[in-house]
Amino acid sequence: MALLDIKGLKTHFSTDAGILQAVDGVDISINRGETLCVVGESGCGKTVTAMSILKLIAMPPGRIVEGEIMFEGRDLVPLTSRELDDIRAKEIGFIFQEPMTSLNPVLTIGEQIAESLRRHEPVTKKQALERTVEMLKLVQIPNAAGRVHHYPHQFSGGMRQRVMIAMALACRPKLVIADEPTTALDVTIQAQILDLLQDMKERFGMAVMLITHAMGVVAETAQRVVVMYAGKVVEEAPVDELFGNPRHPYTQGLIRSIPRIDLDAAHKTRLEAIGGSVPILINPPPGCRFASRCKHAMSICTEREPRLREIAPGHRIACHLGDAS
Amino acid sequence: MSQYILRRLMIAIPSLLGISVVLFVVLALAPGDPFSELATNPNVPPEVQAALRTKFGLDDPIYLRYLHWLVAMAQGDWGFSFVSRINVDTLILQRLPTTLYVVGSSQLLALLIAIPVGVYAATRPYSLFDQLANTFAFIGFSLPTFFTGILFILVFSVKLDWLPFVYTDLPGSGIKWALEMIRQAIMPVMVLGLFQAASMTRFVRSAMLDVIRLDYVTTARAKGLGQAKVIVKHVMRNAMIPVVTLIALQMPAVFGGAIVTEQIFRIPGIGSLLISSILANDTPVVMAVTFVFACLVVLFNLIADVLYGWLDPRISFR
Repeated sequence: MALLDIKGLKTHFSTDAGILQAVDGVDISINRGETLCVVGESGCGKTVTAMSILKLIAMPPGRIVEGEIMFEGRDLVPLTSRELDDIRAKEIGFIFQEPMTSLNPVLTIGEQIAESLRRHEPVTKKQALERTVEMLKLVQIPNAAGRVHHYPHQFSGGMRQRVMIAMALACRPKLVIADEPTTALDVTIQAQILDLLQDMKERFGMAVMLITHAMGVVAETAQRVVVMYAGKVVEEAPVDELFGNPRHPYTQGLIRSIPRIDLDAAHKTRLEAIGGSVPILINPPPGCRFASRCKHAMSICTEREPRLREIAPGHRIACHLGDAS
Repeated sequence: MSQYILRRLMIAIPSLLGISVVLFVVLALAPGDPFSELATNPNVPPEVQAALRTKFGLDDPIYLRYLHWLVAMAQGDWGFSFVSRINVDTLILQRLPTTLYVVGSSQLLALLIAIPVGVYAATRPYSLFDQLANTFAFIGFSLPTFFTGILFILVFSVKLDWLPFVYTDLPGSGIKWALEMIRQAIMPVMVLGLFQAASMTRFVRSAMLDVIRLDYVTTARAKGLGQAKVIVKHVMRNAMIPVVTLIALQMPAVFGGAIVTEQIFRIPGIGSLLISSILANDTPVVMAVTFVFACLVVLFNLIADVLYGWLDPRISFR
């Protein structure tokens, strides 16, 4: 049984212009101890999917319209926010995108990590502090015992993201959702943070759902990859399969847009961009949402929505190309 | 910290000097002085009048008069009230506690209403409670205190006869006296406090709404802390920082409003002292009272800055 199994999730937002179908029928599953990458461009519904799991989206205007989110065999969708509080941080930890704004500026980082421990585990204040220092050491913050009493503004971006990781892992959750944890950091720090996440994963054996738009990050960290486009999953495959044999035209476009430094001058080609832009998700047209940008679009593409189908073990795509039925 | 306060007090000196210059010049330019009554009094011969004016230095150039005032003030000599026939400092010390009691209580009332109502309204924006709170807030700060004051007197004193409408400054002690002091302060405190609470509720609500959608609040929610803890520990603490500024900046308006309220309820505070002194051309008192107001405003700004440092660790007292 998968640790987390999202089936047919639809999260919509009511806006002045109409219902925005940010996430519209997403299936994602994560096994214990696995690293799953969710990729896609900005606005494709990656973050909304992740935030829906613990109902961290603003409700209203957001609403989970349909679907189920099975975590260890229990559906999280019908739970109230109060019931979810026992699962938040304790079972599922969250690392956010912006380390500069995701920490409360008026509380010490120690307090912000310890409060999570005190909420979920029967520890005294002193024990919570000791474990906080221990966590800070694990995420390689120098002089952890002293730094625990410092405020977020006394840390750099990379250090703050380490603090966020310590915070997310403090209660030893079974699943960590990292929402673009390296996007706001510069490249050298990005690599350090990804290494740290990998380290922590090996140490604690938790599953990681890594949301990113950087294909480089995917290649480096993922075991399995889910590609999202305009609120839907378009392709899902083990990482080698995805890079070696991408089947959906959108995935192919994404991979062609990665700069290659391993090719010599003779083989170098111009980077390809995917023409057009993401459709507006208020009353989207019927059919495949990628059709308007797709080089292979056929008449059926604008008429019928392609369903996710398995084309090889563990490799699924939602595309009419090569669909015999 | 104490060094910071000391330095802030030092900085306050030039600003207070500046304020006193402006006050002094404005009062000097205003028509009439303490001796204008003598001029119309037929029993005082013009030579005596002129001699008196020279003796008290009223015909000196304005900068000399200001210097005289400043030197005397610095030595603790606040002048002599021509109307009340006592020293100005004694007079102000008699009146100040009453004003501070009424203004302080009304500010306390305003905070006790504004913070819970504003916080609760912000956690449920556009709910029925929020709409009601907004409506009452708009009514509250649209009605001037001189109107609500008279309305209160009409309802609670004249019609219902529950509360006295003239504030008496009886000396005394004991429970009965204390109760009477509270009873007669109810109306002025309500009038001033509700007026303040109305705008403060709006400040608190919008400050809370600004913070509530920030990333670190989502982080706190993701820890499973529960709504109440997230609101109080993570949102309120941050939202109070701008609220403190606004309250401090409002203090001059609060004292200004107290002047009007003191007139309506006949409260013997420094507000009514200021009005009666202006009407009686009692310049030393006017000068001293306005200066005390200026000092209070500077003081509250200092308190706000100290509170800042306490609320926000990013501000250091250097």
